[in-house]
Amino acid sequence: MASPPARAVAWTAAGAAAAALPLVASNPATVNIGVFTLMYVGLASAWNILGGYTGYISLGNAAAFGIGAYTLGLLLNGLHVPAGFLPFAYVPLAGLVTVILTAPLGWVALRTRAATFVIVTIAEMFVVQLLASNLRGLTQGSQGLGLPVPSWGPQFFPVPYYYAMFVLAAGTVGLSAWVRRSKFGLGLLAIRDDEDKASTLGIPARTFMIAAYVISVLPVGMIGAVYAYYVTYIYPQFVVDPLIDIGMALMVFLGGMGTLAGPVVGAVILQPAQQYLAYRYGAAQLYLILYSAVFLSVLLLMPQGIVPEIGSRLQHRSGGEPAAVATPDR
Amino acid sequence: MSLLVVDGLWKRFGGIEAVRGCSFAVPQGRITGLIGPNGSGKTTVFNLITALLKPDAGEVRFRGRLLTTLRPEQAFALGIGRTFQVARIFPRLTVLENVLVPMRRLGVRALSAPAAAGSTQRKALDLLHFVALADHAGETAGNLSYGQRKLLELATVLMGDPDLILLDEPAGGVNPGLLERIEARVRDLNQQGRTFLIVEHNMGTVMRLCHHIVVLHRGTRIAEGDPPAIRRDPAVLEAYLGG
Repeated sequence: MASPPARAVAWTAAGAAAAALPLVASNPATVNIGVFTLMYVGLASAWNILGGYTGYISLGNAAAFGIGAYTLGLLLNGLHVPAGFLPFAYVPLAGLVTVILTAPLGWVALRTRAATFVIVTIAEMFVVQLLASNLRGLTQGSQGLGLPVPSWGPQFFPVPYYYAMFVLAAGTVGLSAWVRRSKFGLGLLAIRDDEDKASTLGIPARTFMIAAYVISVLPVGMIGAVYAYYVTYIYPQFVVDPLIDIGMALMVFLGGMGTLAGPVVGAVILQPAQQYLAYRYGAAQLYLILYSAVFLSVLLLMPQGIVPEIGSRLQHRSGGEPAAVATPDR
Repeated sequence: MSLLVVDGLWKRFGGIEAVRGCSFAVPQGRITGLIGPNGSGKTTVFNLITALLKPDAGEVRFRGRLLTTLRPEQAFALGIGRTFQVARIFPRLTVLENVLVPMRRLGVRALSAPAAAGSTQRKALDLLHFVALADHAGETAGNLSYGQRKLLELATVLMGDPDLILLDEPAGGVNPGLLERIEARVRDLNQQGRTFLIVEHNMGTVMRLCHHIVVLHRGTRIAEGDPPAIRRDPAVLEAYLGG
């Protein structure tokens, strides 16, 4: 593993490069890809707090994403908030509402373990999607819900959203780092390795996992809210979308489960690749094949994910202690 | 005075009665051995005491507090720590992180503090030093040998400063040199006031360490006393030799 100062430099450089992108990119399409990449950096980092640290694979986080999106839309429309910068101030409120509405979902799903947990979270996600489609009085169902549209020109349009996503992504990575370093985070990792043993050392597993669930849905709800305001029109099947769930989980698998940098690396590779390939080869549906080829080749070469693999290679080269991350279980 | 009282415990697994009306007491500040032939219910009694299993009948009290309605983490918070017969560690954490896991205080401040704060880390390294694992502190625990895992598990339990320590076969799979160290450390901790309940098949260890011995056979207590008395007890000889 790289030394702590080297890691701090790498994080700062990555943050500075991301912050500078809209200033140097002349093409709004590039900034647009940046918005979605940062969105997934945040989503994957948030997913990792529950899925990576405790090993409980949730495929229901899209419910939180959709609830955040609809909450912001309904708040802006209901309170007649004018388009512009003001709607961003309502994003934290949308995150809070998301936490309140999804906490019971977490409470129910976390009564189960392993494969059952995965299935329950998927089922809950579809329940939320059905509610969004059928509570027409509230969400306008499959007609979709419109949000206020700012009158920024096409050149500037994606920039405020880019920085909103940047703040959320950086905040989520910071949150994940804090969890990883805390006594609470160590408890989550202990639960991942042996839940019963952890309980005999004082860790209330279920309470910890519900807390991790709540911590991980807060940024997801806020990111969903910014997304809704960016796309200005939301539909149940596009904001409560299983592909969002699979996207965040796959990015974490690719980058490295339970690591801080893994979700960031996974998102930064996969999201632009998907956007670029869709743009270049979208017409022939070829892009999905190329996209999966990227994914499969990384998994074949680095089955534990990119970050742990690079970490253990660096360690082997320096000839130090045995790799701290190269464990035999995959 | 008894720190722990086990009273009339019953536990069935399907058609098998693993523990049948088992009663005994663990005196405060002593080392108590829990022995018996294979299948006599010793580990099940451990699981009942530490609340990993719920009894079908009977109760366990620690300092007068009923344990049998609690969850395992609450038993730990009250001051009961245990090891497992087949050593259980957190294989993907480092050796040092393993020792840092135990938590008796669950307040928001305690939990949001860094896991490896200065004084905590020093204490953890001291414990690793004692079990001769300090050189492995940064290694992934899953790479340790079986004997080393047992020692790591012991160090981890000690990190929580429990008043009552339950050791399930501490001598199993440990070489004679390390066994001597473990015995010495148990004696040290006992002199500092810790109470022990030890399940062990190595009779040398039991006779050397324990002040008091409880013998289980087919899920119930058949004898109790100091080591010389247990050695002479005909019921014990019958249970071990007669089967």
